[in-house]
Amino acid sequence: MTDAARPARQPPLSPHVQVWRWHITMLSSILHRVTGGALYGGALILAIWAICLGAGPEAYMSFMTILGSIPGKVVMFGLTLAVFYHLGNGVRHLVWDAGHGFDVKTANLTSVATLAFALAATLAIWVIAAMTGAL
Amino acid sequence: MVQLALPKNSRVTRGQHHPAPAGAKRVKTFKVYRYDPEGNGNPRWDTYDVDVDACGPMVLDVLIHIKNTIDPTLAFRRSCREGVCGSCAMNIGGNNHLACTHGWEETAGKDCVISPLPSMPVLKDLVPDLTMFYAQYASIEPWLHTTTPEPQKEWLQSPEDREKLDGLYECILCACCTTSCPSYWWNGDRYLGPATLLHAYRWLIDSRDEATGERLDALEDPFKLYRCHTIMNCAQVCPKGLNPAKAIAEVKKMLADRIV
Repeated sequence: MTDAARPARQPPLSPHVQVWRWHITMLSSILHRVTGGALYGGALILAIWAICLGAGPEAYMSFMTILGSIPGKVVMFGLTLAVFYHLGNGVRHLVWDAGHGFDVKTANLTSVATLAFALAATLAIWVIAAMTGAL
Repeated sequence: MVQLALPKNSRVTRGQHHPAPAGAKRVKTFKVYRYDPEGNGNPRWDTYDVDVDACGPMVLDVLIHIKNTIDPTLAFRRSCREGVCGSCAMNIGGNNHLACTHGWEETAGKDCVISPLPSMPVLKDLVPDLTMFYAQYASIEPWLHTTTPEPQKEWLQSPEDREKLDGLYECILCACCTTSCPSYWWNGDRYLGPATLLHAYRWLIDSRDEATGERLDALEDPFKLYRCHTIMNCAQVCPKGLNPAKAIAEVKKMLADRIV
């Protein structure tokens, strides 16, 4: 048979993320990863802050100048969001680990609630910071 | 491994356009994934302008209509046409559905996009290769394991114990959930996936089964079970309304309970 002599073609992989329409629970999940990753960076900033604090007033001042600049504030705002989102979703995972909240409607609702909590808590912290003159 | 882009041989190119027949009043465009294993080209998106007054309400009706009247080369699996066999599982409008129970009017967007179950090797058009999926299902030994002598009649079970199998035994193994899972997309060779794990739980909590310990031992693995990150796509897409994510969480709880 001539067909048998034909080299087999590697079958293609069907499209996945290219075609997938996201549910909010998938967004929540990927955000948990992303914010978790961002918090590694946050921990690094905290460590640099501590090192500068130990290195004396000059180092500390230059660190605070960088952190107090507009890009520095944007990063800090993002980190605040990441902390609260990761915290909120962490609680959600804790409830899941206890075997609750798996109903699709509930999971969708807690996704929205976590996002809302992160945003509200971040805004609250920044408003308090602005009101106490910490910015 | 996370691999967002498709391999070179899997990139989908533009395909043929099949215009609607003259005189069609209501026309809907269906964008269908095509792959010819006997040709040389990459997969392609073919578009079919379908006179929807000429066919039934479900996506499967449309596919059969296309095959019968427009393009007989289109390949897809189907059998029962009533959501029982699980053959016609595919990605419709970005989520996995059974083509026979999903109305084309329910899909979002202008065109109805139809592709095979995600992240699977494609044999032809909408027909994925499910060998790995079935092998994983077989690996959990989905049958009753017993050591006590067989009873004279059947293995008895109280109504309460029987109730524990509700929401599990209804699974038709269509693979909608497993192929919806990003964890399975990236680690499908080692992660068992939602459908198989739902069945694993179904045998774990069967009051008649006597191999619970061995079954748990087999699942205690960083990849087989713990790649579930509660993304919930499985429960979102299950055409039977089951919840594999919850079943997986119950398995994790059983493993934790064993230690404490």
